[in-house]
Amino acid sequence: MRTREIIAFFALIALILLAKYVLPHPMQFSPTLSLIIIILLSLTFIIIGVLTLQGKFVERRIVFIYVGAALTLPFFMQIELEVPISPEVQSAYDQIESLNPGSKILAAFDYDPPSAPELQPMADAFMKYCFHKGIKVIIMGLWPQGPQQAGQSVEAAFEDDPALRDKIRYGVDYVNLGFQSGNEFVILRMGESFKAMFPADIYGTPYDSIPILRNVKNYSNIDYCMNFSAGKPGTQEWVQGAVDRFGLKLSAGNTAVQAPMIYPYLQAGQLDGLMGGMAGAAEFEKLTGYKDKATTFIKSQSFAHIVVIVFIIIGNMAFLRGKTERKVK
Amino acid sequence: MSWEQTFGIWLAAAFTLGIVSFLYRDNIFYKVCEAIFVGSSAGYWFVTYFWDNLYRKFYLQAFDPVSPHIAPWVGFILGVLMLTRLFGAKIAWLSRWPLAFIIGATAGVYMMFYFVSNAMLQIGASIKPVFVGSFGDIVSNVLIAAGTFCGLVYFFFSKEHKGVFGGAARVGIWFLMVTFGASFGYTVMSRMSLMLGRLDFLFGDWLRLIS
Repeated sequence: MRTREIIAFFALIALILLAKYVLPHPMQFSPTLSLIIIILLSLTFIIIGVLTLQGKFVERRIVFIYVGAALTLPFFMQIELEVPISPEVQSAYDQIESLNPGSKILAAFDYDPPSAPELQPMADAFMKYCFHKGIKVIIMGLWPQGPQQAGQSVEAAFEDDPALRDKIRYGVDYVNLGFQSGNEFVILRMGESFKAMFPADIYGTPYDSIPILRNVKNYSNIDYCMNFSAGKPGTQEWVQGAVDRFGLKLSAGNTAVQAPMIYPYLQAGQLDGLMGGMAGAAEFEKLTGYKDKATTFIKSQSFAHIVVIVFIIIGNMAFLRGKTERKVK
Repeated sequence: MSWEQTFGIWLAAAFTLGIVSFLYRDNIFYKVCEAIFVGSSAGYWFVTYFWDNLYRKFYLQAFDPVSPHIAPWVGFILGVLMLTRLFGAKIAWLSRWPLAFIIGATAGVYMMFYFVSNAMLQIGASIKPVFVGSFGDIVSNVLIAAGTFCGLVYFFFSKEHKGVFGGAARVGIWFLMVTFGASFGYTVMSRMSLMLGRLDFLFGDWLRLIS
């Protein structure tokens, strides 16, 4: 380890101790301070641009620091960002909104903790909205950790409104059927019998003794389906196995990586609505009125996008400069 | 907060910083964190599949004291046959049977899935009247029609890409590039979201600087 790396290591420790024991908790920047920080960062971009034109290129770690700062600083800034609603998120919301109290919705949680930053906010907003509207939720997962993520959403709804703890009863207003392995084969089999794939819920209660599942044999007894998906098995398999084969009505919340592959299904009408990535989550939070993490995160993401765009411009400036130099030589 | 939770949060924070330290350069902290992550993930999946498949789907059903099922034994035997390739070339050929079953079943299901959902319904959705609806709809319909046609032309290799045909193929490439660009943009978004999740943990759960 070089000397400067040892110094950097101890500087990091000092920063952590400072943040942990000296700085105010929670820490917030006033709008004026936020504006000053933004202006200062913009000025440094100009300096980097000028240096680049002079042939003094910044190293990649500087780019990492800027992206890191763009992601972090908005956590502390008291600024509001307008979140326009896209038609696909509006459509997903409208479908759930049109359900009557007492309707049964199948919620498939097909993701794990790594995808939670994008999908958990939309799942939380969905669960809060359903519980407040009196929609009954049947939870399941084709990913092992999916039902646990659903449990977190239920807990988030109860923490948001403690009155729901008394109002919403497990087994009557919602049920967690747990995880079932088998990917698309589970979806196909559920088209004939839910019970065949989930003979008991996550706690081992037999299917027939759960009140919410009485009269629920297959997809024909479900009013709507919402899928939160981070990959395979996920939305694509639900469209192929349940929508196109059994006529299930479906909307989905996807990670941003997956969303472009799902858009063709939306365009073809195989999918009613789609929430793509953090932007989709922020829009859904706005529509449901349960603004939470996605509304905060989207600010960071927008700032980081600006930083990336600026560095793409700076990178092209460096490229064009190199091209001109080569021509001169 | 209990000391177990506090310890867990500090440990998770240390691992997060260890993984992020790779951005500076490859180092021993990163390697340790990566190895622990890979090992614990492998262990987690082994335990999950053991209890879900071997115990719940096979053992509980095959040895049900009231009504033992026979069907799980078929899967069990196929699974055991898969392992025969570990015991020499003489019996390794038996592993082809479960593989044949898996490939056959998967191909059958996927053929149906993709033919209906990704071929017929997608083609049906692409064939629609162009000049209907608002101006925006018309532009969108024209783009879909032109993009589909030019994209297909690009992948038609029985004729040399020259003249009008070559021009259409070039437009097809542009549509493909825009698609890849959108996909890449979404991927960048997703990666930033992952980082946001960790930053939220570091500044929220760990340092408590955000509420």
